[in-house]
Amino acid sequence: MKRVYPREEVCIGCRLCEVHCKVEHSRSKDVVKAFKREQSVARVRVQENGPLSFALQCRHCPEPYCVYSCLTGAMHRDPGSGVVKHDPDRCVGCWTCVLVCPFGVLVRDVANHRIGPKCDLCPDRAVPACVANCPNEALVYAEEA
Amino acid sequence: MLKTYLPARFIVERNASRCIQCQVCVRQCGFDVHYYDEEDDEVRARDERCVACHRCVVFCPTNALTIRKNPLDYRENFNWRGEAIEDIIKQSETGGILLTGMGNDKSYPIYWDKLVLNASQVTNPSIDPLREPMELRTYLGRRPDKVEVDWETGKLNTRLTPLVPLEVPVMFSAISYGAISLNVHESLARAASEAGTLWNTGEGGLHKKLYKYGSNTIVQVASGRFGVHPGYLDAARVVEIKIGQGAKPGIGGHLPGEKVSAEVAATRMIPMGTDALSPAPHHDIYSIEDLSQLIYALKEATNYTKPVSVKIAAVHNAAAIASGIVRAGADIVAIDGIRGATGAAPKIIRDNVGIPIELALASVDQRLREEGIRNQASVVVAGGIRNSADVVKAIALGADAVYIGTAALISIGCHVCQACYTGRCSWGIATTDSYLAKRINPDIASHRLVNLLRAWSHEIKEMLGGMGVNALESLRGNRLHLRGVGLTDTELEILGVRMAGS
Repeated sequence: MKRVYPREEVCIGCRLCEVHCKVEHSRSKDVVKAFKREQSVARVRVQENGPLSFALQCRHCPEPYCVYSCLTGAMHRDPGSGVVKHDPDRCVGCWTCVLVCPFGVLVRDVANHRIGPKCDLCPDRAVPACVANCPNEALVYAEEA
Repeated sequence: MLKTYLPARFIVERNASRCIQCQVCVRQCGFDVHYYDEEDDEVRARDERCVACHRCVVFCPTNALTIRKNPLDYRENFNWRGEAIEDIIKQSETGGILLTGMGNDKSYPIYWDKLVLNASQVTNPSIDPLREPMELRTYLGRRPDKVEVDWETGKLNTRLTPLVPLEVPVMFSAISYGAISLNVHESLARAASEAGTLWNTGEGGLHKKLYKYGSNTIVQVASGRFGVHPGYLDAARVVEIKIGQGAKPGIGGHLPGEKVSAEVAATRMIPMGTDALSPAPHHDIYSIEDLSQLIYALKEATNYTKPVSVKIAAVHNAAAIASGIVRAGADIVAIDGIRGATGAAPKIIRDNVGIPIELALASVDQRLREEGIRNQASVVVAGGIRNSADVVKAIALGADAVYIGTAALISIGCHVCQACYTGRCSWGIATTDSYLAKRINPDIASHRLVNLLRAWSHEIKEMLGGMGVNALESLRGNRLHLRGVGLTDTELEILGVRMAGS
């Protein structure tokens, strides 16, 4: 399956991927409204240490520990596409997935007692928003890196 | 600390109804203009630091930013204009030479804009380059005075000299590694290889990683001799002796120690963190005869397989100097005009020393023709070439090819803010800072450079076709295809061009 791969050697840490992820996952899909009115959350986060940076989002592992460890089946792998998805209605906020994720991708949503939204590879788009809007081609959407 | 009397040059306008406090501008500015006030959840700007490079404007996802010139007016005075006043303020605060970057920004006449091209009408047919072949290939190097053939055996008696083909008569100017990042060097090298032209290392040596692009590389031997060793010469297609630079004729160079990182140091063959000083003259060249010795030393070192170029700044006696350079054995004479750019130069030199390239080119070509030695060297011109029409006009004036530096950098992001000398380039070009240098992705930048050359090639072919010429060779030095507008008799005479209408 196609996944999003970061190229840390050209990631410039601008965080426009975060901005466009928020917009894509907002109701309005309008950048100003997404930030000013909606509580949209980015599903990608740029990791940074000096000049080293890269965008991190769910790796959609072929062997997803988060899915295996989920108590309720909220975290599941779409059998057709292979995309690892999260159903917030079934999530009880045990955060086991947060503990087992080898990439540290999943975050807690303490207020709602569940996990925060995770990358869904933008089902409505041919290319995920973070990849399409990266100004330095530091994210690639491909079968393999 | 001394209170500065300098007002901000630009004002950063932020449209509050659009700003989403995403802080992309904060992270992108190389000059720390934008900052985020956490307490007020607001991004603000320190206007006085803004150089108008527009990185934030281009990257702002909501188009919330505008950079405006500070409308602060001085009392009108033609002599004491803002720039003159501010330069004095800066110097009285620092006591130093004012540095700047890029090329001369003063209003000296741009002769390209006073030259117009011809086109065919009725009496000779124009050519459609999309339907008929159109030749842009150019060969750089020395041509023999005559060709001798042994008619008995059919063999050539004339010893041929190395010629270098260019698919497009536009090369990338010398910009050293250290002045620009390795990513920019790689982008230029890759683009030149793809487009079939040459790029120039500048005087900072050639990074190991780029040796594979050697067949499209001009390597420079400058007064500091940085990075010059047998492998460097062997890797190249052309070796260029840098005598001078259009932005700073008669002046040496100085790469501050902070920019001499481990990689720069290894490439320049100097200790890390030491200042890289290029002397103003070559300490072994005090005459044409001395120059000839270096030219032949380099030819010997490369076994006469590569043309040797000599680059000079366009100065008052350019024609006589060029004649001497050709007679000294150079295969290419490169001339850099007063609008030639730099990573750092004293502002007073950049803005006042040298002559416009158009006049230098016309007089050099004329002089070499009169002396019957024009065939012995190719003439390459540089310094402020902005578009394909400038290239065509240069070729009609007698150039074999041109160098572009600023135009190439603009194609990969440069907004000509003239702050190269600070090393804080927000576009990641004129810097060796590893955080900023990542901003140039060689995949993207080389593609943009190739696009620029492709676009210019198409335009050059259209202009040639219009003139009814199907090969660039046929236009070279053909000044009858040029006419002057708004020029004095003396200017027309030096350019060797007739007045429009005549």
